[in-house]
Amino acid sequence: MAGDPENSSSVPGVPGRWRTSGGMGGPSRPPIPSVVEMIAARKRFGDVEALKGVDLTIRAGEVVAMLGPNGAGKTTSISLMLGVRKPTSGEVRLFGLDPNDRRARSRCGVMLQEAGVPSVLTVRELVDLFRAYYPAPIPARDAIAIAGLEEKANSTAGTLSGGERKRLYFALAICGDPEALFLDEPSVGLDVEARRAMLATVRALAARGKTILLTTHYLEEADQLAERIVVIDRGVVIADTTPRDIKASVPSKRISFTAEPPLAEAIFKDLPVTVLEISSRRVRLLSNEPERVLQTLFERGLTMRDLEVSGADLEEAFVSLTSGRESRR
Amino acid sequence: MTPAAVAPLGRMLLVQTMAHLRIRWRIPAFSVTITALPILFFSFFGLPFASYTFPDGRSVGAHLIASFGAYGVGSVMVYAFGIGVANERATKMDLQMRVTPLPPLVDLFAKMLTALVFGLASLLALIAFGVTVGGVHQPVSVWATIVLRLLAGSVPFIGLGFTIGYVFGPNTAPAMANLVYLPLSFASGLFMPVDDLPRFVRLLSPYLPNYHYAQLAWSAVGARTESVGVSLLWLAAYTALFLTLALIAYRREERRNFE
Repeated sequence: MAGDPENSSSVPGVPGRWRTSGGMGGPSRPPIPSVVEMIAARKRFGDVEALKGVDLTIRAGEVVAMLGPNGAGKTTSISLMLGVRKPTSGEVRLFGLDPNDRRARSRCGVMLQEAGVPSVLTVRELVDLFRAYYPAPIPARDAIAIAGLEEKANSTAGTLSGGERKRLYFALAICGDPEALFLDEPSVGLDVEARRAMLATVRALAARGKTILLTTHYLEEADQLAERIVVIDRGVVIADTTPRDIKASVPSKRISFTAEPPLAEAIFKDLPVTVLEISSRRVRLLSNEPERVLQTLFERGLTMRDLEVSGADLEEAFVSLTSGRESRR
Repeated sequence: MTPAAVAPLGRMLLVQTMAHLRIRWRIPAFSVTITALPILFFSFFGLPFASYTFPDGRSVGAHLIASFGAYGVGSVMVYAFGIGVANERATKMDLQMRVTPLPPLVDLFAKMLTALVFGLASLLALIAFGVTVGGVHQPVSVWATIVLRLLAGSVPFIGLGFTIGYVFGPNTAPAMANLVYLPLSFASGLFMPVDDLPRFVRLLSPYLPNYHYAQLAWSAVGARTESVGVSLLWLAAYTALFLTLALIAYRREERRNFE
């Protein structure tokens, strides 16, 4: 139901108008309670306006990925939702309550990027400590197992590797059996295996009806997990729609190759290419239709060496999405 | 929907206190120093005179145990809160706690209980050492009075600890705690009688918190001191002063990180 496509009325290329959250549920459906409500939320740090009026509603059972480059306002948004910081203006509600209300907090599990725990306590002790904060926690053993930390249960937090530490924070986020999970960059710092396990766990939790908000700067990850993606850039929500719509508008692949002989920019003129860089013979470009681009280039008789096609770094992709923003309005 | 919307606070306090006790216990720089230093100081400054008596017949040993006991409990408060809070800020533990349903007051009480347990442990260790090694004997009621008064009167040092913890980082806080607390203790006559201190310090000591704090313990072993009520008034005033400073430092921190 959440982020259902027929309601999104997406107009690719017109970011900011693709909101799905507002009009969900016709008159026949009972309203789904909202977990997070941000109404014209602004946040200013000194001279910097980190959030410039964000409207966002997350309803129970939704799995939402908040996507954006570093410094876009993702962490600030989460901080406001959880009451860690107060909005300069506007309103933020968590389960319909003040985010600092203990009743609201008791329904949330949180994994923050930069938070810390006492390094001298063991994994099991920390999980038991955090379980005591919640009204109906799951057994410590289960939380540790879900996070894949069985072998480290008796190790102190200070001796864990970066990835294990991340999994510990995940265990702490889920041990209270919360209805809503807030995961700030859950997969950063994890190796491939651990990342896959983490994504699978998040997906399983979503399947059990948990409301999940996660931030990421990997489009791929957002795509795999979420049914709704909120793109935030420079403190503004510039898109709020399904992964499919986002992918269509963001150049998702990066192509790079060395051209033989050196070529002119003109050859790309009619191709779906953004962010083109030609430095001597090395060509770098972004596209969401890499197959078509390459095929056309081959047809035009281009010879290339060291061809690489990879998932576009979102930071890069955003440059194209956001630099064109003004002109698209 | 759920039978209980929030977790029971009593159990939360218990578990949180256990966690703080474990944390403090496992940092030897704290646990060992806190219990060993008063005993060490008593050994150096007190043992040679432990069996002496003052002209009025009071035990010098008991007086010195009272002095180093006051030094010890005060230091537990200043260090536990000062270094503890500085560490929590540095490691962003405060942020982690803030996104849980743990009420900040429960955490504060847990910290106070923890500090009281360590204060009690440090006192009991010192008294046991004084009795067994120093041969200082007092009725149990006298020891009990010292323990009770020193624990109850330690609140201003919690405020001092908080101030240090909120103003300084984890590397500076221990040094600052020493720089503030040790001179205060010396100048208040905890290490040598006030009358033997340099003249300008002697003029200063009746205004210092540690001086009035130690009076609580000295009067328990029969010294002619100001009345307990006067000592408590002084300590209440210092509590107000230090807690105000702590609150200012806390608010400043709060504005920086959580607004």
